[in-house]
Amino acid sequence: MRVPQSWLADVLGDVPPVDDTAEAFVRVGLEIEDVHRPPQLTGPLVVGRVLEFEVLDGLKKPIRWCQVDVGEKVRGIICGAANFAAGDLVVVALPGAVLPGPFAITARKTYGHVSDGMICSARELGIGSDHAGILVLPPGSGEPGDDAIALLGADDPVVELNITPDRGYCFSVRGLARELACALDADFTDPASRVAVPAAAGDAWPVELADPGCARFVARRVDGVDPAAPAPWWMQRRLLAAGMRPISLVVDVTNYVMIELGQPLHAYDAARVAGPIVVRRATAGETLVTLDDTQRRLDPDDLLITDDSGPIGLAGVMGGASTEIAGPGPDGTIDVLIEAAHFDPAVIARAARRHKLPSEASRRFERVVDPQLPPVAAERAAQLLVEYGGGTLAAGRTDAGAAPVRTPVTMPLDLPDRVAGVAYAPGATVRRLTQVGCAVDLGTAADGHAQVVAAPPSWRPDLAQPADLVEEVLRLEGYDTIPSVLPAAPPGRGLTGSQNRRRAVSRAFAEAGYVEVEPFPFVGPQVWDAFGLAADDVRRRTVHVLNPLDADRAELASSLLPGLLDTLVRNHSRGATDLGLYHIGQVVLPHADPVPMPDPDVTRRPSAAELAQIEAALPAQPVHVAAVLAGDRETRGWWGTGRPASWADAVQAGRLAGLAAGVELRVTAAALPPFHPGRCAALRVGDWIVGHAGELHPKVVEALGLPPRTCAMELDLDAIPLTDARPAPRVSPYPPVAVDVALVADARVPAADLADALADGGGDLLEDVRLFDVYTGEQVGAGRRSLAFTLRFRAPDRTLTSEEANAARDSAVAVAAQRYEATLRA
Amino acid sequence: MTESTDVMSPLHPDALEAAVAAAVRAFEGASDLAELAAVRPAHLGDRAPLLLARRELGSLPGPERADAGKRVNAARQQAQDAFDARRAVLAAERDERVLAEETVDVTLPWDRVPRGARHPLTQIAERIADVFVAMGWEVAEGPEVESSWLNFDALNFGKDHPARTMQDTFYLGGSESSGTVLRTHTSPVQIRALLERDLPVHVVCPGRTFRTDALDATHTPVFHQVEGLAVDKGITMAHLKGTLDAFARAMFGAGSRTRLRPSFFPFTEPSAEVDVWFPEKKGGAGWVEWGGCGMVNPNVLRACGVDPEVHSGFAFGMGLERTLQFRNGIPDMRDMVEGDVRFSRAFGV
Repeated sequence: MRVPQSWLADVLGDVPPVDDTAEAFVRVGLEIEDVHRPPQLTGPLVVGRVLEFEVLDGLKKPIRWCQVDVGEKVRGIICGAANFAAGDLVVVALPGAVLPGPFAITARKTYGHVSDGMICSARELGIGSDHAGILVLPPGSGEPGDDAIALLGADDPVVELNITPDRGYCFSVRGLARELACALDADFTDPASRVAVPAAAGDAWPVELADPGCARFVARRVDGVDPAAPAPWWMQRRLLAAGMRPISLVVDVTNYVMIELGQPLHAYDAARVAGPIVVRRATAGETLVTLDDTQRRLDPDDLLITDDSGPIGLAGVMGGASTEIAGPGPDGTIDVLIEAAHFDPAVIARAARRHKLPSEASRRFERVVDPQLPPVAAERAAQLLVEYGGGTLAAGRTDAGAAPVRTPVTMPLDLPDRVAGVAYAPGATVRRLTQVGCAVDLGTAADGHAQVVAAPPSWRPDLAQPADLVEEVLRLEGYDTIPSVLPAAPPGRGLTGSQNRRRAVSRAFAEAGYVEVEPFPFVGPQVWDAFGLAADDVRRRTVHVLNPLDADRAELASSLLPGLLDTLVRNHSRGATDLGLYHIGQVVLPHADPVPMPDPDVTRRPSAAELAQIEAALPAQPVHVAAVLAGDRETRGWWGTGRPASWADAVQAGRLAGLAAGVELRVTAAALPPFHPGRCAALRVGDWIVGHAGELHPKVVEALGLPPRTCAMELDLDAIPLTDARPAPRVSPYPPVAVDVALVADARVPAADLADALADGGGDLLEDVRLFDVYTGEQVGAGRRSLAFTLRFRAPDRTLTSEEANAARDSAVAVAAQRYEATLRA
Repeated sequence: MTESTDVMSPLHPDALEAAVAAAVRAFEGASDLAELAAVRPAHLGDRAPLLLARRELGSLPGPERADAGKRVNAARQQAQDAFDARRAVLAAERDERVLAEETVDVTLPWDRVPRGARHPLTQIAERIADVFVAMGWEVAEGPEVESSWLNFDALNFGKDHPARTMQDTFYLGGSESSGTVLRTHTSPVQIRALLERDLPVHVVCPGRTFRTDALDATHTPVFHQVEGLAVDKGITMAHLKGTLDAFARAMFGAGSRTRLRPSFFPFTEPSAEVDVWFPEKKGGAGWVEWGGCGMVNPNVLRACGVDPEVHSGFAFGMGLERTLQFRNGIPDMRDMVEGDVRFSRAFGV
């Protein structure tokens, strides 16, 4: 919403300088988008009258050589525009003038003539965005030689505001002026109250309200309007400043009244409306060609203005083309039917969204327009058409329906003080509520406390409960009067176990050389194809984004790996070769058979069943941790060559996450895409698989353009139970005995299984099993390998003898031999 | 005194002398401290001749025993002196020569494993959580895919209210009415906290949020917020102001404070925008837009089963990307999003 200072001054008498005006608006809760200062214009800038012109021949575009009366003499001026005629009043920048830019005007030779100044467009003057042609002033706006700067209002700053959804009434000069008056504690006379609305006999047009979506419909008629009459310059100037383009008297008047008072209006060509107007919902299959010449298929929820011919307007959104003001009738004039209605905001909001037609009207209607305004606004528009279009006001006025009745709001008198934590001066609450337009009564509640009964003004539908009144008092008294008091929270329990665990895992990865990244969760199904997932792989079951930013990524990721691998590729393309990245975040796993999402009543707490159904209807969203690696895990340096990242690093990343989370994960062989089938590990808590790690399949590496031998790990952090080391272990003070054994077994027996067998057989004395060598070759035979372990034994209560240790070793080896036919290496 | 001449007793002066001489020879022959330590047990250890000699003392009659004892002690002292002297020499030599020879260039790098780092957004979220945990608050969380009821309805967004469309929502499932969205703010966690916890509630909720803004220097469709909520008896807007001021001081230094400007949010009434006084602002200390806040709208309390006649509360929310942008001087939002390792590494672990 853009409002020129002069228009505010017109309502309030006097307003402070523009920066102070903007500051005052901010103080009471309006958001300033911009302050448009007056354009940098220095004269001489005068009104001129084009006396005659000659169109120059032989040029690519028509250039006019004009003789312009600028008061003190007639000057010859070259002009490239063609939207004016001899006798028109224009704005001329004389040599020496400086237009915004800055652009200095001089007499210069062009197209074979000396152009002694410039005829200007609204944009060149910095007073509007119109550059379709030069600015032609309405007749009688001034005399040749008059100073044009003041006439144009080019010295008038404009404040541009963002209107929050609760402040529909601020989409008008009327509302903004009231807010400014409140902020400045200035007197305020409602511009709506300046419009006399005399009694009128009979209807202006028969209107039937057949749907509660339209509560009130006022119509007024002005006959015999001169279609060629322009809007007066002051009106055009204000429309330009408000960011609108002057078009014709009828359009300009409806726009002007809308901006002045806030009531959107529609003007019908009365001669083209057939029969009574009926406001009703659309029926299936109906269509309407709107003013923008677009045929729209109507929805049964759409509210329509109709006549005998069918729909003639999409209520509150846009009028229809068939009843648009057309050319003059047989007598050279037009009869204008003005509509000023009150619509249900939700109906208008849905229609504007459905038809993607956010209009000046719908923006106001969906925020609720003052239901007392229709007769006032219709009258104001009619008066302006009579005054500037030469029409006559028809006798009748239609006023169908009625403004909805508002109930007063009752609140304890001291509620604002209690909410703010401030003791306001006596009378402040009543004064502020009166200032915003409430009719306030003081009374005594049943409990004997003083209370306020406030009847909110018709333009403030947002004042519906005591909290709304409280805000009015607080914001007008000023938020800067609220003191700063730190409340004492009860003792907290600190971070939860899973919150602490997530921090621990994050730190563990960073300290192990991984860099955390935060990729977007959006993926497309093609990534699952690249991953080589089977058609029925559960990871293909994703939640669909209805309105994605990128149509190729319209699904929510069921794995953190696609995002991480994207980021890996981006870093690689930027020249980073040795990469370890990690990400901790939620993945989205929809249920196979989702239940419908409930929509509980908001006036009470939802039932336990409703809450349970909300949780059941939402997809599972466990927190995962994932890492990807490429290039060298240890870099080349003066110490020697680098060590490429491998499947083993990825598996170790999984173990790292487990350890940081408080458990030692078990690793078993697995074969799961996108991993290399022979280099994929399942990460387990007990037997429960919580994740996978390994080298990626070469096909995946190729399909995603990854560095060769890229490795990855992903596990479900939420699947790891929270643990606590209780009771704590006892540590023996006695020395250990270490014994090495080399076992030869089938090469397919996993080292972890062999180690588990040794651990199981080693008994209570066995403290640790550690693999220190792996050998394959002639000495052990084909298909077999030798694994060398150090077994560390220790007793809790004595120094172990080597005999005891050897006996324990023998029983450990015996279990390995029995389970896996392992033999001691000779 | 009769002596057996068959085998010389270890206590014989000659035997002791020979043992001392052997010890001295061995110690002198050691060329470094390790060798010296290696030969020591043979001459001064438990089974060395000089120590075995002591065991023989017991078999001698009293007067002889005293004499022999003195001799053994003297011999052992001689050997010990020789050891100590040699050790002093070798230690001095080590200190002078060997350590000098072992000198390395300590400026050589040892960055075998590349440096890791945590994302600055994670770090600032933890910092904020710590500030509030220190005040007795707790950290609450919720899902990113959220029900429309929690994201909008329970927060007093009317079904067709324009405020709902202002949130630029990602809708999920088959249609806009499917009832699930990517949460547009962390405010649904407020509702979850009020539904799940006993009063009073003091929670801070950091989390990832989503709006359909195309990625550019100042916008990202995926961003992070932190939300605060306090509901108790007698909570006032002054408490809100006090909490925000404490938060500002923790984040931006003792000279920082906040300023409230009236505004509108469906879930708070009264509502305010928060500006923060940022002493290190580029171009000089000044106010920076930081977030939104207000007193919890009674309608929100009702939807959570909290009686607004008895309890009141305040809530506030800030964007973490925006906070990082001005706090750390990050001109382009994309740096926080793209995951370039050079960016995160600057922030360390």
